[in-house]
Amino acid sequence: MAAHEEEEGGVAAGEAKSGVGTVAGPRQAPLAAPLVEYLLRLGDDRLILGHRMSEWTGHGPILEEDIATANIALDLIGQAAQLLKLAGEVEGKGRTEDTLAYFRDGVQFRNCLLVELPKGDFGDTMVRQFLFDAHSVLLWEALAGCGHAGIAGIAAKALKEDKYHLRHSSEWVVRLGDGTEESRARVQRSLDRLWKYTAELFAADEIDDAVAALGVRVDAAGLRARWDAMVNEVLARATLTRPAEGAAQRGGRRGRHTEHLGHLLATMQSVARAHPGATW
Amino acid sequence: MTQTTVPQEDPALLAAFEARIAAGESIEPKDWMPERYRKQLTRMMAQHAHSEIVGMLPEGNWITRAPSLRRKMSLIAKVQDEAGHGLYIYCGTETLGVDRHDLFNQLLDGSAKYSSIFNYPTLSWADMGVIGWFVDGAAIVNQTVLAKASYGPYARAMVRICKEENFHKRQGFEICATLAKGTPAQKEMLQDAVNRFWWPSLMMFGPSDKDSPNSAELLKWRVKRKTNDELRQRFVNLTVPQAQAIGVTLPDPDLRYDAATKNWEFGEIDWSEFWDVVKGNGPCNVERLEARNAAHDAGRWVREAALAHAAKNARSVSAA
Repeated sequence: MAAHEEEEGGVAAGEAKSGVGTVAGPRQAPLAAPLVEYLLRLGDDRLILGHRMSEWTGHGPILEEDIATANIALDLIGQAAQLLKLAGEVEGKGRTEDTLAYFRDGVQFRNCLLVELPKGDFGDTMVRQFLFDAHSVLLWEALAGCGHAGIAGIAAKALKEDKYHLRHSSEWVVRLGDGTEESRARVQRSLDRLWKYTAELFAADEIDDAVAALGVRVDAAGLRARWDAMVNEVLARATLTRPAEGAAQRGGRRGRHTEHLGHLLATMQSVARAHPGATW
Repeated sequence: MTQTTVPQEDPALLAAFEARIAAGESIEPKDWMPERYRKQLTRMMAQHAHSEIVGMLPEGNWITRAPSLRRKMSLIAKVQDEAGHGLYIYCGTETLGVDRHDLFNQLLDGSAKYSSIFNYPTLSWADMGVIGWFVDGAAIVNQTVLAKASYGPYARAMVRICKEENFHKRQGFEICATLAKGTPAQKEMLQDAVNRFWWPSLMMFGPSDKDSPNSAELLKWRVKRKTNDELRQRFVNLTVPQAQAIGVTLPDPDLRYDAATKNWEFGEIDWSEFWDVVKGNGPCNVERLEARNAAHDAGRWVREAALAHAAKNARSVSAA
């Protein structure tokens, strides 16, 4: 307690006033170079979602789904590895996909909040995957033709994978929505809970503007309209009600995450961090 | 379970069947076969399928902690292959007139057996290497021989599965070799995993021939081709030089090379531990079954929904 009192008593009011210039800081921590930020956003989305999906391996509702969910996790982590590798190369500070995945803290991750939420039940997982897949397919379609060869290459390959993921997740949303009374109630609840995290998928900021100038251009409004149409069509087949737009949750793109991410990373990074510098 | 009486087979049919076996022919699903043959094969194939499914758990335990993205992906892919093998072999049992859901229920209620090795816990990342090296290595020794078994569908499944197991074993050994060249902590982690998994891996080949009640008949009908002890010795002979190559010791002070037999002689297996684990008292028997049952119970509403949806679709198709 003594130290605390001394600290409070030690700075006179006048000194504090004169120190104003050194106390005032920017509202947000500075971001990295736009292309690096952009690649981290793409890569972290897929790393974290792939990790969540991999939690199902061996615990699925049917054996066929153990195979399917493992496959989707593999694709997403594979995409993340490519995107993070490219991020490290563009950044030019010697960071690899593994140093980026295993040696950043939560606040340095750039994934959207949707992907870091706990896997929940099978319905939560499939609804989340569907909302993400629909966006991802449209995004890759746009990026496959973009002016950055590295991104365009990754997008073309990822597009093929994500079209399969979308088919899988939308079929499950329809099955669960138009299944039993219980399954419809459950999956409607999943949709209602997850909806407020979808706006972040479309939120464009100065990073998007800056990479557009480099040729990585996505028509955000057009993408949103096509996503709406796609989602509406599947929800109609699933006999589910699209939730009303309410207050959105966002912040992941600037490192402001839910409390869930820290626990995910504590698990994911535990072995790598216990042995810094080791080769695996 | 009550002992079922052995049905009396038609002697002429039995003689013709045994002649086909002796001639090296393969038996196909529609061929006549003795009821005992059908039962033994169902038992073996079901145990194999169950082992693949339960085997997903100890390795799945480290997917979320794999220390590099490459290792994470190859571990997911390996566990995914195990699900594929399980599914493939379950389907194989259906050619013998069994419903795979019945077999699956036997796994869930604890009445079915699976490989005891999966009742040991995975305690470090090195276990992912050692399981690939020892457990998949032992499986390959077993399955290479089963690929020449008399029942066609099982033999063909083994050919395909062995190819993937070989890949898993190489991957596991490569993890071990990397750790062996790593930091002192990595080497220690590896040696500890080897110490824990060596003896249970030797037990994977089953009881010694003198205590193996099913072996004689299985050998006669070419369901098995080699005895448990022959296969165990082959595994030891293959594995010891690999341990030497990466500089780990095997936890057996009696291990020595016999120049006359060209075998690596090994010490006494603790059969009381083996029977304990088989009887359900291993370190993770309860946890493994609980995990499978938890997944099954949590998935019930999903399966019901899928069936209900399929039924609605079928109705609307027939109405159209």
